[in-house]
Amino acid sequence: MPTLTRVFIKTGLVYFLMAMVVGVALAAPTVIHLPQGFAALRPVYFHLFMVGWVLQLIIGIAYWMFPKLSKQEPRGSTALGWLVYGCLNVGLMFRAVGEVLLALQPGVEIGWTLAVAAVLQLIGGWGFIVNTWLRVKER
Amino acid sequence: MPRVSVWLVRAALLHLGVGITFGALMLWNKGLPFAPVLWTLYLPHIEMLLFGWTVQAIMGVAFWIVPRFSKEPRYGRVRLVWGAMACLNAGVLLMVVAYLLNSSPALLLVGRGLELLAVALFAAHVWPRIKPMSDVLPP
Repeated sequence: MPTLTRVFIKTGLVYFLMAMVVGVALAAPTVIHLPQGFAALRPVYFHLFMVGWVLQLIIGIAYWMFPKLSKQEPRGSTALGWLVYGCLNVGLMFRAVGEVLLALQPGVEIGWTLAVAAVLQLIGGWGFIVNTWLRVKER
Repeated sequence: MPRVSVWLVRAALLHLGVGITFGALMLWNKGLPFAPVLWTLYLPHIEMLLFGWTVQAIMGVAFWIVPRFSKEPRYGRVRLVWGAMACLNAGVLLMVVAYLLNSSPALLLVGRGLELLAVALFAAHVWPRIKPMSDVLPP
């Protein structure tokens, strides 16, 4: 299993756990009193799960198992693969932190964190598509 | 990778690209608001990433890797999968158009119905291929 695949899958597992922790936190107000802003964590929960876990698991497996591109670059660009990893994860962290801060202090000017998160995740997602497209081929 | 898997995975990648672009626009707009109308992309974003990307990519990879039959046709009834692909993409696109145009509920019903048909066709195809390895050739 290539290094990049292992890193994607292990990072994905960490996000899986984080998503489940946030899921428990979202369920907690049914039992104990928590601030109203807690509900704002719902999009964070979904994206930790779907981007952090599901998408990164798929990317890691695809990088490993899809047909080889060529003898020189069997798995496409490794550098682009690492860029995808960096952009998706830094973007997701910006998003998680930004959403929480916005929920806790709505008036504070931290909206730029979500804009940065949007750009980074967009680059990460399209980077994966570009790196994978030519490997999706008949033998 | 067999031809129908190539088509399914590439179509899934296109849905991923459009879906994350919708998501990035909304996320930027959430942090630094500039066009409230972008919130109309919320349901298309979910539709494209859940059905267009995740479901379709899984179908493509499943067709490729689940055990084949020992006799021709070794992939089973492939036409069912082509039908599933057509129904799934038509269904997702109809749902997206219906959400964007805020059109009649009938269009949503047809879109969801096509997605249901896609799942039924794919299940009918893959069901007999889910069997012990002793009955099939290794993939």
